[in-house]
Amino acid sequence: MAEKVLMKGNEAIGEAAVIAGCRYYFGYPITPQSELIEYMAKRLPQVNGVFLQAESEVAAINMVYGAAGAGARVMTSSSSPGVSLKQEGISYIAAGELPCVIVNIMRGGPGLGGIQPGQADYFQATKGGGHGDYHCIVVAPNSVQEMAELTVLAFNLADQYRNPVMLLGDGALGQMMEPVDFHNLPVIPVEKPWATTGMGERDKPNIIDTLRLNPEALEAVNDALQKKYALLQEQEVRWEETFTEDAELVLVAYGISSRVAYSAMEMARAQGYKVGLFRPITLWPFPKAALLKAVDKAAAVLTIELSAGQMVEDVSLAIRCSRPVHFYGRTGGMMMSPQDVYQQIVEIFETKGGK
Amino acid sequence: MAEKLFARPQSLLDVSTHYCPGCQHGIIHRLVAEVIDELGIQKKTIGVVPVGCSVLADQYFNIDSQQAAHGRAPAVATGIKRVHPENVVFTYQGDGDIAAIGMAEVVHAAARGEKITTIFVNNAIYGMTGGQMAPTTLVNQVTATSPYGRQLAVAGSPIRLSELLATLDGAKYIARVSVNDPANMTKAKKAIKTAFEVQIRGEGFALVEVLATCPTNWGKTPVEAKTWLKENMLPQFPLGVYKNIEEVKQ
Repeated sequence: MAEKVLMKGNEAIGEAAVIAGCRYYFGYPITPQSELIEYMAKRLPQVNGVFLQAESEVAAINMVYGAAGAGARVMTSSSSPGVSLKQEGISYIAAGELPCVIVNIMRGGPGLGGIQPGQADYFQATKGGGHGDYHCIVVAPNSVQEMAELTVLAFNLADQYRNPVMLLGDGALGQMMEPVDFHNLPVIPVEKPWATTGMGERDKPNIIDTLRLNPEALEAVNDALQKKYALLQEQEVRWEETFTEDAELVLVAYGISSRVAYSAMEMARAQGYKVGLFRPITLWPFPKAALLKAVDKAAAVLTIELSAGQMVEDVSLAIRCSRPVHFYGRTGGMMMSPQDVYQQIVEIFETKGGK
Repeated sequence: MAEKLFARPQSLLDVSTHYCPGCQHGIIHRLVAEVIDELGIQKKTIGVVPVGCSVLADQYFNIDSQQAAHGRAPAVATGIKRVHPENVVFTYQGDGDIAAIGMAEVVHAAARGEKITTIFVNNAIYGMTGGQMAPTTLVNQVTATSPYGRQLAVAGSPIRLSELLATLDGAKYIARVSVNDPANMTKAKKAIKTAFEVQIRGEGFALVEVLATCPTNWGKTPVEAKTWLKENMLPQFPLGVYKNIEEVKQ
């Protein structure tokens, strides 16, 4: 493969999954992620993998449950309404502690919504989505290159922690083309002695179940899950920050919004406004401590999202409500421009009295 | 030295089950386990158990297994079988599981010709949740959610799943059997064995529908239940082989 290839974000996820050792994909078409299912349909047979178009998102995620339980590196992908359908299976996968990668290329909602980019599945992705106390690890790329890198990371983390990992993108990232380098993506293989492979030489069966009729046993399962989540919050938090050291205003944005916010920050800096940008890369676990540190010099925070302000809650909690958190967002599949965000920045500075 | 003529199948663990008195899941478990033993596939078989009365079957079979969400067993089995095509994968499902919430999954697994075996236990009622109406509940049958009897005008007629699935090309063996008496149990075991052999030969989807009793939720003694099955279920759900690729070949 050439040093860098020009690729759509959706396709980059597919190729990175193949590099990560994913040989099983179960999915169902939906815009704006269909290039990914199409890529897997073409690519997996070339590497002796299995591509299967399921009859529904519900079936697809349960095929993932079966394949993950059987020890495979397996992926599914969808967009917002389809991911809602997958929530049943994701809860079971989290309960069964099965590793898999779920891609959500978000579009505007609620309901059928539209097919333009959105980020309004933040709550669903980071707070559970299905029933019960569980978390997916949620990674949020902001470039085609990162879609590749975080896909490989997602498979590694899934296996390491026996946990579903959601790659949360959006229609803009999925559809945009950028050069991507597939070299040096570290793949970490993990043994799976717990998988259902047929007993073979084992004396005892491997069983993957999620029913605990004894309340004490179920509480023990929940305690163990929470212990794992605490470990994740300690060890697997990822973020990026720019010009936060002296920032009087810290922008917080992830995914495609962070690209817009970056441009707005550059415009503001050029005008002498001390603005920084904090970008969570893991949305769960959320980089709470890092954000608190990043706002040290800041008088206020501005959160920018393609939603009605879902990440605002995590931002406010992370900084312990110590500063005002402003919000600017668009919904419906509308994209804000850097000028829009710049305007918000200027307004905040003017309200609190100058640069 | 005495010769042992009858013993617990190796594929069935020596544990007490939670099933109600007179329930026939125990018999059907045993038939499946005997078939697995006779085919010598215990070490390569992976079971998928459903939501419903047999949700704990993975605690009774001595094989690797996964527990599926309500109705999703054929999708879970598909995922397993695609990863391990050399293994034998079967689902064990009740009527609510397979013919209501999981209808899409079983229809499409059959249509794909998924190389799995499905044991479908039809007792015309939801057992585990306390005796509510199932898709297989007979017209005028009283259940917790059809207290005046299943009304045709409101709830439609029972679904004959075997006949329905037999229309699909990917389904290679579809049979309906019953375990209401010893003669039928023998036939049931033969059908279950055939359904596993169809998978082992890599031919496609195989399903055995097993008519069984639910004395607790039918409000009958075990003996009355067997009579009720014979008199009411057999006319609605005729026994027989609905699809057999071997016969088609001949």
